[in-house]
Amino acid sequence: MATKTVEFNVGQSREMGLGGAGTPSPIAPFDIPEPELGTEQMLINIGPQHPATHGVLRLVCELDGETVTSVTPHIGYLHSSFEKLGEYRTWNQIVPLTDRMDYLAPLIYNCAYVMSVEKLMGIEVTERCKVVRVILMELDRIFGHLLWLGTTAIDVGAFTPFLYSFQQREKIYGLHESLTGARITTSATRVGGMMADLPEGWLDQLLDFLDNFPKTLGEVHHLLTGNQIHIGRTQGVGAISAAEAINYGFTGPNLRAAGVPYDVRKDRPYYDYETYDFDVPVGEHGDCYDRYLCRMEEMEQSVSIIRQAMARLPDGPINVEDPNISLPSKTDAMSDMESMIHHFKLITEGIPAPEGDCYMAIEASKGELGMYVVAEEGGTKPVRWRVRPPSFVNLSVIPKLAEGHLVSDLIMINASLDIVLGEIDR
Amino acid sequence: MADEQKSSLDAVDEGPIGSDASEATEHVSTGDPSEHPSVAALMERYSPEVQRHQLTAGDQWVVWISPEKSHEILTWLKDDPDHDYDMMSDVTGVDYGGGRPVEVVYQMFSTAHSRALRLRFPLPLDAMEIDSVCDLWKSADWLEREVFDLFGVTFRGHPDLRRILMPDDYAEGHPLRKDFPLRGRFSRAEQTRRALAQDVERFYLAENLEAGEPQEVDAAEVGTMADSGAEALPVPAEAGEDD
Repeated sequence: MATKTVEFNVGQSREMGLGGAGTPSPIAPFDIPEPELGTEQMLINIGPQHPATHGVLRLVCELDGETVTSVTPHIGYLHSSFEKLGEYRTWNQIVPLTDRMDYLAPLIYNCAYVMSVEKLMGIEVTERCKVVRVILMELDRIFGHLLWLGTTAIDVGAFTPFLYSFQQREKIYGLHESLTGARITTSATRVGGMMADLPEGWLDQLLDFLDNFPKTLGEVHHLLTGNQIHIGRTQGVGAISAAEAINYGFTGPNLRAAGVPYDVRKDRPYYDYETYDFDVPVGEHGDCYDRYLCRMEEMEQSVSIIRQAMARLPDGPINVEDPNISLPSKTDAMSDMESMIHHFKLITEGIPAPEGDCYMAIEASKGELGMYVVAEEGGTKPVRWRVRPPSFVNLSVIPKLAEGHLVSDLIMINASLDIVLGEIDR
Repeated sequence: MADEQKSSLDAVDEGPIGSDASEATEHVSTGDPSEHPSVAALMERYSPEVQRHQLTAGDQWVVWISPEKSHEILTWLKDDPDHDYDMMSDVTGVDYGGGRPVEVVYQMFSTAHSRALRLRFPLPLDAMEIDSVCDLWKSADWLEREVFDLFGVTFRGHPDLRRILMPDDYAEGHPLRKDFPLRGRFSRAEQTRRALAQDVERFYLAENLEAGEPQEVDAAEVGTMADSGAEALPVPAEAGEDD
């Protein structure tokens, strides 16, 4: 008996009648002559206000049917001239500007900025401060990846991972809040140390998060990793070769998904990262699915790094003991004459820097984050403060990645790059 | 007395206070270039162009080079297997103010040798041009556009050199230059006037604007649909007032 595959798509099957799927087709539609369809390219505009652009990004796409022939990203809608503002502020006053850039992983930006200034000034922070910063940076790597996970899953039509990941993000918000008093705009670091030491019970709160988080991650793995719809939407979409990925300036999980094992924590280690035991996940095909796998694995590695750091967290002061760098305690400033003078000088003048420049690259959640500071001799403000934003360079690759794909794939590619427009536009 | 009172924002408008002292200081090279193979090779091969080198922030090497042969030098640093700087991490600018040259800064990294290098090319204010390195590193595309936008440096040979962060029609100059006041060159009143005087229609193509105009239904088209057996669409009569 001959069988016939039934196609339920009325629009595509010429045999289907207008009555819908399953209706016996009339013979008439076969005789309809092909209508004269226009062959011109269509220009469509996605954004700047569109949920799938993950921010205020505008993509002008030229389409041939549903195939993207070219994409032109337009950015700058969130430009706040942070770098210009920084030139009018003392070294410590810039810290609040940094967490407004990548508001999805603010502590990484706080830490990266002060690390660059400390390196320029030759300040060696205390052991406890180093380990605390490692914990905070790895925590915010999870924080940033979780937002990416939730929103990307929504873009492929999976809603549950979004709820799961935001539930966990809420826990990290709680950790931010009990550490700094703010949920997003943390401003936790100062040149030479931290705003404050870890509050009492914070590590237990963190441990509680670490115990529960891998369970959630496993559930999301279960929902997405073998999911046919997810695989169909991501495998082979937006692929890039290793050599091209380097040349186009990819960094972070996007670069590692293409098979390049470049991780700033391993290749240019800072804060004793070489002594932590962790793996750098590397992909093979450089497509959206490999980027997904890399980030999922990175979160697990971050959990492991935080546990190692908690085990080695030493006691002792968190700020350097130099009165020209660190503020005295409030009690000292109110009772001790010398401390009060130091406090006054630090607040009114700031910390003098030597002449020179310093480029500090660290591994942020989005890729290589570079903080470049230039100072003049004795300058208490930077001559130039430059942020090398990882997602700015990652986004510039999108015209190449999306070419020849469908519009729906463009949305997936954009989501898989993990961009944050606050940092791109600065 | 009243006319002598100054707003606290006037100081902000005057720009950051540049230190005139460092203008007179003679810059000297620091560090032993034999520690960094690329710096040593640069000094040997391009000795007329290399102005000075510096070891800064503990372990970071900076080389100041005059901009005429920038493209040749960067091509050599990228393609020579002894150097192999395959990553162009960052391209940016530095303006010290006070009439001093604007410097274009390249941060490079070699994944093969695990080695970083920073090159700085000072451009005098009357010749703000340098060769683009877009053909060598694709990552330089947007980074150079940003330097063009914020510093006004022209990159010769860039495929698409236009503003990136500021609007295309931004008329106040290049914001990261030291002579640019923090709140912009125009007064708030002038900025408002310009914003209100904008012709919004020029942001759209002519054919896009046509889509917004009332359309007439082609009666012949509706007729062919009726012939094919489909239910004929009712020809829209006069649009109701309520619509």
